[in-house]
Amino acid sequence: MGIHVSTKINGDDVEFVCDAEETLLDVLRDRLNLTGAKEGCATGDCGACSVTIDGRLTCSCLTLGAEVEGREIGTVEGVAKGNELHPIQQKILDNAALQCGVCTPGIVVAAKALLEKKPDPSEEEIRYWMAGNLCRCTGYDKIIRAIQDAAAEMRG
Amino acid sequence: MASSTGEAPESKGTHQYQPRDFKVVGTTPLRPDGVDKVTGRARFGADMNLPGQLVGKVLRSPHPHAKLVSIDTSEAEALPGVKAVVTRDDFAENEAHHDILCNIMARDKVLYEGHAVAAVAATSRAIALKALKKIKVVYDILPHVTDVDEAMKADAPILHDDMFTHGVDPMPTTASNIAGRCEFGHGDVDAGFEQADIIIERNFKTAATHQGYIEPHACVATVTSDDYGELWGCTQGHFVLRNVSASLVGMDVSKLRVTASEIGGGFGGKTTVFLEPVCLMLAKKSGKPVKMAMTRDEVFKASGPTASSSMDVKIGCTKDGRITAGFAEVRYQGGAFRGAPADFGAMCAFACYALENVKAIGWEVVTNRPKGAAYRAPGAPMSVYAVESVVDELAKAIDMDPIDFRLKNAARNGDKSSYGPKFESLGLVETLEAAKNHPNYQIPLGPNQGRGVASGFWFNFGGETCSTLNVNQDGTVAISVGTPDIGGSRASMCQMAAEELGIPYDQVRAIVTDTSSLGFNDTTEGSRVTFSSGMAVIFAAREIIGKLCERAAMMWDIPVEAVKWEEGKAIPAGANAGDFEPLTLAEIADAAGGTGGPIAGHHEYNADGAGVSFGTHLVDTEVDPETGFVKILRYTVIQDAGKAIHPSYVEGQFQGGAVQGIGWALNEEYIYGDDGKLQNAGFLDYRLPVASDLPMIDTVIVEVPNPGHPYGVRGVGETGIVPPLAAIANSVSDAANLRMTELPMSPPRILKAIHQAEAAE
Amino acid sequence: MVQVVLSGIMKTAVDDQAEIEIEAKNIKQLLDALARDYPKMEPYVKKGLAVSINGVIYRDSLYQKIPEDAEIFVIPRLAGG
Repeated sequence: MGIHVSTKINGDDVEFVCDAEETLLDVLRDRLNLTGAKEGCATGDCGACSVTIDGRLTCSCLTLGAEVEGREIGTVEGVAKGNELHPIQQKILDNAALQCGVCTPGIVVAAKALLEKKPDPSEEEIRYWMAGNLCRCTGYDKIIRAIQDAAAEMRG
Repeated sequence: MASSTGEAPESKGTHQYQPRDFKVVGTTPLRPDGVDKVTGRARFGADMNLPGQLVGKVLRSPHPHAKLVSIDTSEAEALPGVKAVVTRDDFAENEAHHDILCNIMARDKVLYEGHAVAAVAATSRAIALKALKKIKVVYDILPHVTDVDEAMKADAPILHDDMFTHGVDPMPTTASNIAGRCEFGHGDVDAGFEQADIIIERNFKTAATHQGYIEPHACVATVTSDDYGELWGCTQGHFVLRNVSASLVGMDVSKLRVTASEIGGGFGGKTTVFLEPVCLMLAKKSGKPVKMAMTRDEVFKASGPTASSSMDVKIGCTKDGRITAGFAEVRYQGGAFRGAPADFGAMCAFACYALENVKAIGWEVVTNRPKGAAYRAPGAPMSVYAVESVVDELAKAIDMDPIDFRLKNAARNGDKSSYGPKFESLGLVETLEAAKNHPNYQIPLGPNQGRGVASGFWFNFGGETCSTLNVNQDGTVAISVGTPDIGGSRASMCQMAAEELGIPYDQVRAIVTDTSSLGFNDTTEGSRVTFSSGMAVIFAAREIIGKLCERAAMMWDIPVEAVKWEEGKAIPAGANAGDFEPLTLAEIADAAGGTGGPIAGHHEYNADGAGVSFGTHLVDTEVDPETGFVKILRYTVIQDAGKAIHPSYVEGQFQGGAVQGIGWALNEEYIYGDDGKLQNAGFLDYRLPVASDLPMIDTVIVEVPNPGHPYGVRGVGETGIVPPLAAIANSVSDAANLRMTELPMSPPRILKAIHQAEAAE
Repeated sequence: MVQVVLSGIMKTAVDDQAEIEIEAKNIKQLLDALARDYPKMEPYVKKGLAVSINGVIYRDSLYQKIPEDAEIFVIPRLAGG
């Protein structure tokens, strides 16, 4: 028996029908074709599926699709304004802070959430905030630098 | 630069290096696939969907070792929504790929927990999972073995009754779990030990670790009624995937087209097939497209980790620090089938040293664990960990600086390698000297802090390769390569083409083509892509330059010999050639329709001559004596890249390899219970390093040109994971004043070692 | 004739000889001769090997020429991550 859900994704009104056991990640990927969020573990350990719900950073694999009725969801697809990249996206590119790029959508969403909360984080604060986003390629060095650069640019 | 003639050197693989001033190579432009990857648009293995696709799921064995008595799929097939079920009965015997066949779908026995037994394609995931529960499998449970030393014992449960040890003469007549024995070395180690003033001998153990790519294996396949198939998926080698999958499914290779999606990490783990032949078989049987993706639990239980090891190392040296003999015996288990990289382990163990007397023996063993796959410098990190630990201890014992000790014994040009061939050109000494001069080597250490050094080696290789360059009508250039881009190689390809053609980087764009658009290419593995595909791009660009000069000669009505290519333009070769305005690539491309049609370059070859790769790592750690927790304070990777095409991505390879090594040294391990089942098949309990575990990873790119590449390029991907295990073990030993001989050095193990040391005092 | 050293798992297949002499002008002739003269080598040749000629390792180029006085090592076919 499908559940009808009305929500807002990246500023747009969206309606979908999902099964009770479907996660928000399943809904985004399989029903709405928003495949930016990735399934790396489905247990909330890797952060590749990071989204925001009402501005709060969340693993979409740990949230049921049916839970987001009336909520506001932000995904990686909504981070750039049209073709204008968000500073965190640009700085990830500038710093070569990706190799395979599969964790990158989660990194973008998580880093943006951090900088909205804390415009001038220390390296340690960045590292602890990002500890929920696994990256196996880069050793995190360039990702941390990209976030520091983006923070500096956003502070102006 | 001098004009290029478009001729590839006659002898491939030797002495092609030519010094030059680079314009694009060595810079750090943005990668062509970057915007798609930061915006979520890039399509990875699980991001592709086909209309009307089914969902495929695999039933896996709960037992580590059992006879597969019977499989009854009738109830599953009867479930509404189920469109196909496959088992061993659907796959014919296959001599060429026997082990892969047995691994992707168990035949007479299941050999590890997680071994595939059946698969279902259904209209939804929920129905597919429900169907799996309705498959009735009768197992006859057998005793199991998961430890390498246990598996080698005479009374161990035997996995394969037709496994007789290779490399032992005469070959044993009774079956065992020992797949093979190999031996490398030269000189007389016994005589060498006689000359030693000090000899240290130790045993080491390392746990199996997983490549840990964040993207689980995934693919989508379709097979039409006339037996043509298409498959999209994440793989390091779509040509090899095509060959193996077509063979296992019983299709003509030419009838299967494989497209490599963006790939979310591989590190060797995506060089083989797991789901793909099963997915094709389900698609064939159902007549519908089928999509499959592993869960993380399946990735851990059923895709390839690296080997676990048990090793003995004995090294002797004189009081002034000259190694007189080195001996290593390494035992690697690589899961349920042949292929544990004991040979590479034995070959790499002493590769950093010029030794008169050296012997390394490797034992390749099977156990009831998932079939191992390559993992970054397969086999090297473990044996090098053991050797470099003993080297460190020797240096300490004679009170010599560990870098000086290594410099005194380091392999240099012309030295005979420990695995046989002479080294032709190598940068080990340069990395050691850079380490010694690095500011991180001088920083004073505090209480409970220690410093460790280790070096490491990987062979590097080339392989079958081809690339095509097409000149677009607007004068830009499209590159087609057949090697999946796993860490930014498309950017490097564009740089090399731009360098040769003399045009800006942004005028060139590279894509990875499908298996029908280029000839066979070996897999993205062994640090070969920037070297091999890159060299093919360089030669293809030179072919294009030859053609551009021909077109210019035609337009100017002068002989082609009177035209040369300089800085992206055709110009008269000299005063006698005539007075003509230079023709840019764009102008020649624009006129191509009237001068002979489209312009393209192609190069195909066996890319031999990959230069060997060495690195040296420095690490400072602090060991908490209360908890046994190890904090990495500073980490420095120094490695010879030959020539760094895109230095940022070279640094990225160094940093990524080092951090995988940190995980291997400190946290990561496959933990088996007495029941033979994996106890930590998830990222919560199998803990990869996270951002808060680490400091910045400093890097130094050393450039000792590879004589076998026009720019001097060496592969850089693998070596970075070789030194960290030993470097960290040496650092921890220095910090806690004890010798750790088992990996990972998790807090309980370190605490135990500290308590034992205290009790001994 | 070229002097060939076999190491690793293959040493026992040539009766533990440290070095053997083989008449071969290229890698293919070398491998064919090995399989012919030392039947125990056949499975290894079939599986694929790498040959080092004067320090340069060839994995695929079967027709690579072998100079008269070359130093030849036959080693396992390399694979990687």
